[in-house]
Amino acid sequence: MGVVSPGFQGRPRTAGPQLPPGQYLIEDFPVLSAGPTPRVSLDEWEFVITTETGQVHRWSWPRFRELPGETPEVDIHCVTKWSKLGTVWRGVSLDTLLAEVDTAADFALVDSYGGYTTNLPLEDLLDGQAWIVYEYDGADLAPEHGGPARLLVPHLYFWKSAKWVHGIRLLLEDEPGFWESIGYHDYGDPWREQRYQGD
Amino acid sequence: MARAAVSGRLTRRLSWRVARLVDYRDETPTARTLLLDVAGWPGHSAGQHVDVRLTAADGYSTQRSYSLAAPADGDRLELTVQRVPDGEVSPYLTEVYSVGDPVEVRGPIGGWFVWRPTKTEPVLLIAGGSGIVPLMAMVRARRTARSRTPFRLLYSVRSPADVYYARELARPTRGDDGLDVTYVYTRSAPQGWSGKPGRIGIADINRGGWPPEFEPSCFVCGPTGFVETAADILLALGHAPGRIKTERFGPSGG
Ligand SMILES: Cc1cc2nc3c(=O)[nH]c(=O)nc-3n(C[C@H](O)[C@H](O)[C@H](O)COP(=O)(O)OP(=O)(O)OC[C@H]3O[C@@H](n4cnc5c(N)ncnc54)[C@H](O)[C@@H]3O)c2cc1C
Repeated sequence: MGVVSPGFQGRPRTAGPQLPPGQYLIEDFPVLSAGPTPRVSLDEWEFVITTETGQVHRWSWPRFRELPGETPEVDIHCVTKWSKLGTVWRGVSLDTLLAEVDTAADFALVDSYGGYTTNLPLEDLLDGQAWIVYEYDGADLAPEHGGPARLLVPHLYFWKSAKWVHGIRLLLEDEPGFWESIGYHDYGDPWREQRYQGD
Repeated sequence: MARAAVSGRLTRRLSWRVARLVDYRDETPTARTLLLDVAGWPGHSAGQHVDVRLTAADGYSTQRSYSLAAPADGDRLELTVQRVPDGEVSPYLTEVYSVGDPVEVRGPIGGWFVWRPTKTEPVLLIAGGSGIVPLMAMVRARRTARSRTPFRLLYSVRSPADVYYARELARPTRGDDGLDVTYVYTRSAPQGWSGKPGRIGIADINRGGWPPEFEPSCFVCGPTGFVETAADILLALGHAPGRIKTERFGPSGG
């Protein structure tokens, strides 16, 4: 137990089996990012997967929208301690996007319009665990939440779910992303409270 | 946000340290500056924050983030906390927390929203409410380092009574030459102030800021909506996205 602060009682919010330790439930949808919101027009938008050998797979917006869509309903957990349960999205599974990609890579470095990056093991993007989403709650994804499209990896802290996603570089060796290179955890499992390096 | 701009990779484990309240100052009727003593504090840069952990007698504990309000000074840390009505942590820190009492802190956290005195390009600080806190750390770091980098601070408050660090900002402190402060009042302005109270707009940022050709570093901090508005205006005025850094103090720390 931590050091007790005299007179502090706290007002624990709803907890439950669905909430990772240290998280509390919210109903609204806070916005967190390190710079201004990029506005990406659909004419210029593209999604690009680059393999470790430099092979490039590219989808324009119209081609991307022709891919089979899924409607994941998932819980999301932000490193700043809020969680939101049962959020509904629509997008394309990374399994679909990676199906034709020939790679021996173990790691992925995701990059965004605006320059943001985040890293994660490739296996965390596979097997129905991750999507590139373009709708939230039945409507087009708003720019402040990462529209036109963002990554959604609900089993990791939400900074891994890069907004304004542009592409994924597949790598043989792990490379830290934006927050990871300034002290945030490389993996970011909310159930193990992996907020910062060494957690 | 270019990755090249990020420095200070931090690999050591961030451990919790005990902080004790040494003294406090009321900034406004709803905001209090806490002076904390943290043995072995490793130092920090202006703009970084700490996580504060509170534990109740029954073992329940919770954490919130608070910006460091002043540059590192040995084991002494300064935070300024705004009391959020019906909040869980801020009412405790501003009303109950007493001299000698412990809390736990870990940090410093954040290496992106920082200003270092070695920087020489002009700086534009845009604060909404308690968003002044990390920006004040930058103003103070500039003074401590005797930097002559031109600074402009645009500070949006509800009314004159809501200004934090009012005296320090009002009369030019030694070392603050080259710091210009402009206020935006959203509800009520002081007597003799020309203009109408209202939310920050293009005209305010045009007047109180720097032209984009000067290539200033812009730091915007405050509630989420305020930060979105100010950052969008900076973009519309032609500032490069890579020179606009933002920190959002959402209600739930998000
Ligand atoms: C990087 C960073 C730096 C920060 N720096 C500062 C600083 O320097 N100074 C400062 O004053 N603040 C700062 N903040 C904000 C601070 O972390 C806290 O969010 C703030 O003090 C409010 O905490 P609280 O426990 O008092 O309120 P909370 O209990 O978190 O609630 C805040 C408000 O939201 C409502 N709310 C939130 N979640 C729920 C819920 N689940 N159910 C019902 N109501 C809810 C509450 O009713 C209340 O009105 C910073 C935040 C960040 C992310």
